[in-house]
Amino acid sequence: MKNLSAFGAGLLFGIGLWLSGMANPRKVLDFLDVTGDWDPSLVLVMGGAVAVTLSFFGPLIRQHHLEFPQAIDVRLVAGAAIFGLGWGLGGYCPGPALTALANLTAEALVFVAAMVAGGLFAKIAGIPGPGR
Amino acid sequence: MTHFTPVASLAGGVLIGAAAVWLLAVNGRIAGVSTILHGLVVLPKNDRTWRVAFLAGLIAAGFLWQVFTPPFPAREGFGLGWAAAAGLLVGYGTRLGNGCTSGHGVCGLGRRSLRSLVAVCVFMATGMISVYIARHLLHLPS
Repeated sequence: MKNLSAFGAGLLFGIGLWLSGMANPRKVLDFLDVTGDWDPSLVLVMGGAVAVTLSFFGPLIRQHHLEFPQAIDVRLVAGAAIFGLGWGLGGYCPGPALTALANLTAEALVFVAAMVAGGLFAKIAGIPGPGR
Repeated sequence: MTHFTPVASLAGGVLIGAAAVWLLAVNGRIAGVSTILHGLVVLPKNDRTWRVAFLAGLIAAGFLWQVFTPPFPAREGFGLGWAAAAGLLVGYGTRLGNGCTSGHGVCGLGRRSLRSLVAVCVFMATGMISVYIARHLLHLPS
């Protein structure tokens, strides 16, 4: 049942990505292109999503006794910076890239394969894995 | 260029947030896509099934959506070398920084994490810099 639930959550998450426009890399790039023809749509995607999580996450995190790293360190900032560079270059972050595999385009397939390889490279480089 | 789509984008965002609440409520898991993906190659085997199920749902959504809507016009001339470089940066960066737009953005901001807020500000900033370089300096098709 837990796995069926995870499948359903992934399905709903993906539908949200398509409906919102985030699965379209061009729309993501138009959002990040603040000096060009800026498309502010993704402000509303993030705003809508965070409004929901802000409303419900607090008690659920306490209920499941989840703990999270707190450190704001070089590793966090460098990782986020490198991720952002790749995001702006390709227009894909991990969720949209995976659901865009359904396009069966070479760029989505190559991007996802390279994304997995980037994670493997970090593992080989000895960077500790995610705790959850 | 794409056009401002406030209603669809807000509604899509609400669905994304609802999916994150669902995964946390029922499975006790955080819907951070990069961490779910990287966990497949880093964490023990007994922790893999729910990850595969979530990612399968995410990919299935793409096929389901395209049954009802026409596909996006394909990007032309965006070289696969650039796609590979972008994927490597995203894969390595999300492992190093422990999260992406969903883990730090949707979920981290939802639990009022200062660490995630810092990450979001940093990747938004470098994303904008990267687009400026790619589009306006290198003139890559996108």
